[in-house]
Amino acid sequence: MTEARTAILERLSAAPAGGPPPLEDTAVMARRHWPAAERVVRLRKGMEAVRTEFLEAIPSDWPSVVQDFCDHEGIRNLLYGPGSNDGAALATAWDGEATLLPYDRPVEAFKTQLFTEVDAGFTSTVGGIAETGGILLMPGPAEPRLLSLVPPIHIALLRASTIQDSLWSAITNLGWGESLPPNALLISGPSKTADIEQTLAYGVHGPKRLIVVLVNDLR
Amino acid sequence: MHAETDILFRESAAKALLDPQLRANFRRAMDGLITKRKAQFPDPEDLQELRHLSTAIRSRSLLNLPALLVQLEAACTRNGIQVHWAETCEQANQLVLDILQAQGATRLVKGKSMVSEEMHLNAFLESHGIEALESDLGEYIIQLDGETPSHIIMPAIHKNKDQIARQFSQKIKDAKYTEDVDELTAMARKVLRQKFLEADAGISGVNFAVANTGTLCLVENEGNGRMSTHVPPLHIAIMGLEKVVARLEDVAPLYAILTRSATGQAVSTYFNLISGPRGEGEKDGPQAVHLVILDNGRSRIYGDPQLQATLRCIRCGACMNHCPVYTRVGGHAYEATYPGPIGKILTPQMEGVGVRHDLLHGSSLCGACGEVCPVEIPIPDILVRLRREATHQDPASSVAGKGTGRTDAEDRAWRLWAALSKRPGLYRIVTWFATRFGWALPSGAPLLRDWTRFRTKPVPARRSLSERMRAERGSHD
Amino acid sequence: MTPARPPRAYFYATCLVDLFFPDAGMAGIQLLRQAGVQVIFPEGQTCCGQPAFNCGYWEEARDVARTQLALFPEDLPVILPSGSCAGMMKNHYPELFHGQPEEAQIKAFSGRVYELTQFLVDVLDVKLEDLGEPVKVTWHSSCHAVRDLGLKGEPQALLAQLAKVELATLAREHECCGFGGTFSVRQPEVSGAMVCDKAADAEATGASVVLSTDGGCLLNVKGALDQKGSPLKVQHIAEFLWERTHAR
Ligand code: SF4
Repeated sequence: MTEARTAILERLSAAPAGGPPPLEDTAVMARRHWPAAERVVRLRKGMEAVRTEFLEAIPSDWPSVVQDFCDHEGIRNLLYGPGSNDGAALATAWDGEATLLPYDRPVEAFKTQLFTEVDAGFTSTVGGIAETGGILLMPGPAEPRLLSLVPPIHIALLRASTIQDSLWSAITNLGWGESLPPNALLISGPSKTADIEQTLAYGVHGPKRLIVVLVNDLR
Repeated sequence: MHAETDILFRESAAKALLDPQLRANFRRAMDGLITKRKAQFPDPEDLQELRHLSTAIRSRSLLNLPALLVQLEAACTRNGIQVHWAETCEQANQLVLDILQAQGATRLVKGKSMVSEEMHLNAFLESHGIEALESDLGEYIIQLDGETPSHIIMPAIHKNKDQIARQFSQKIKDAKYTEDVDELTAMARKVLRQKFLEADAGISGVNFAVANTGTLCLVENEGNGRMSTHVPPLHIAIMGLEKVVARLEDVAPLYAILTRSATGQAVSTYFNLISGPRGEGEKDGPQAVHLVILDNGRSRIYGDPQLQATLRCIRCGACMNHCPVYTRVGGHAYEATYPGPIGKILTPQMEGVGVRHDLLHGSSLCGACGEVCPVEIPIPDILVRLRREATHQDPASSVAGKGTGRTDAEDRAWRLWAALSKRPGLYRIVTWFATRFGWALPSGAPLLRDWTRFRTKPVPARRSLSERMRAERGSHD
Repeated sequence: MTPARPPRAYFYATCLVDLFFPDAGMAGIQLLRQAGVQVIFPEGQTCCGQPAFNCGYWEEARDVARTQLALFPEDLPVILPSGSCAGMMKNHYPELFHGQPEEAQIKAFSGRVYELTQFLVDVLDVKLEDLGEPVKVTWHSSCHAVRDLGLKGEPQALLAQLAKVELATLAREHECCGFGGTFSVRQPEVSGAMVCDKAADAEATGASVVLSTDGGCLLNVKGALDQKGSPLKVQHIAEFLWERTHAR
């Protein structure tokens, strides 16, 4: 369809030059700024408002917090990425009743099982958003994309020190403005819909529950 | 001042007004959305600042549109996303079909995409033996009934719980009747998860396309967008050519104002950035990603400096939520892909101002839409401009169907009005008669007939103000 | 910046006030006079041209606008008892005459245009004394007065000066009443549905008077309330203010 491309671009380029665009004042974005401790509070408030659950942990004990949660909830198996640091740390420390399932082969090898038999998925995060609540993920070879999507429960590890003020500042601080992996995303809660009479219902296609293990690593 | 050309919207609207259930559904939903949006903008100055910034970003993006599209194409290609261009919906449909057939794909899941509605893609694919299943819950609900979306963000907003309960119990295998929203949602989940698992391909729209990184941004709450774009082996994204912005930093303010304006949410559940197919070492994600860039009249709209503002739209739906006409008649009355105020200016520009003259006059020009639009599109001004285009043949104009909405009756009416209003002497005589004998006009007179269906007949005062002021002056002289 | 208090000003009745609400026009003139402004009411007023402008008939609108412009030669404020027509003259005349020989003249003219309550509050800073009995009123904010002209609560500020007037807020105060000029006859069903809702909302406030600053809205809402046989009175704010401040 190169003719289409040429024709479209020709038409667009032939348009009369518009005036200069209005000035861009980003002050409204830049002033969204809070001290580290407050960022944690805001993130929690924002995410709890959309039914995210929080578990508190310290840097040395988070694997056992995850484990206790799984034991307590009767989770039979937990899918994780063995290639990630946090995934590996979880596996090393694991002594729970749930079976740890490494996501270590192409999804085609176990797609049906993934959809029907996995109870929960564990991922790390690369940051959080204080302003609105939300966690940032960069899925990839170490932690595949579907870990945080297909299992009914998503458990995400978030270090308080990585919480950013806003998505706007996170884009700059994480360098997302320059280059991005094939997939990156923000998640603020479990999957939800309001398509039936504006009534909120959770767990429509993706996870029914989002559990954030919040590691307090602030000095 | 009646014109034959006004009939389509008028008749559908009148029909919709007779459905009390529909009116109640919309009123409740729109009141709720207005309240929720308002709560997201507690500080009016903050809101205006964010609007100005968003407007400026969209304006700058449009200013550089051709260059940005070329840059987007290059960046996507570098990332392994295959880019296609379509001038028309037919071309875009064919492109999608070709891609699917090359993969032998027959089962398709779709994330929400208004552009695919514009293309009537589902019907086209089905005619070629490909099942295209809508997976957004609202879209799924309306697809079950063979309907089109009645709102761009909440496609099934015209239906209430009872109607959906009945529908599910009849149309979903083994479903029992329930009005419990969680149970209804669970039923859809069960059906759709199986479909995601089995799908050969997924189709999605694009909320923003980032030129420098070659990234497609998808905003959603349900996760069906992620399912459609990450689970099947093939992902096809479709976008209108206006969706491109220069860099991801530009998206942050637009995203912030989009979710707040649309559904009164500070943030959506998912904000998904797709910059390529399954990468080196990745264990999931589609093997191939295609991007179809659709024109369908947009480049023509782009050619007009005033009308170009139409393309700033980020499809938040706030204009319809706040529209007193939309609130009363719902989305289907517009008989167009995009209903409400944005549809009233977009549809006539795409399909021709004469053909959809009815939409241009389906507005009281109250300005509620322009007031809430996050990118400050002057919808009422554009409506007036298009009304002018519809009735006048401006040689310099590039508007589709210009001049084709002109009727002799309307022409005569305005000429008469002008002849009267620019001759004060004549005007004085006519108003004199109106004040003396206006009461005697029968309620069934043209124009009055419509007015008096809902109101008493307006009766002129016994003496006009001008007459009284004349008398006053006379007594002073 | 508040302009200096002018000793003289033009009054432009607007076609609907002239024909249907002359008492409101008269009251507006009296309020201005009472505030010490000498009012000039030029002969030859017809219509500001808005109906044709809104329907896209700009040549016709321009023809009419030209005859109206000629009525206000002196550099004096032009005051209108209508937010909609004031918005037309203030904001849309420059658009209408863009690229026309009179463009510069029009810009100067538009800068002199005021809606009545705007002028009473922002320029004259009038002080009112309420002489009436206690009464509950409600306010219909005309779309064009607020969104087009940009009234910022001037009518409410005037009402707040009246000690015995209670202002009940109309539900969906900023929603259109459905008039919209030709809209009311081009889309009679939708327009009718809108005005019926507005009438019902007005009744629900428990007020005994609905006030507004626009002839079109007044005509529309009054027609719907009368049709229902509602006891609610519909009045232009100028007339109401004049009555309240002058015991009869
Ligand atoms: S026109 Fe403005 S308010 Fe309407 S959908 Fe587009 S961005 Fe939203």
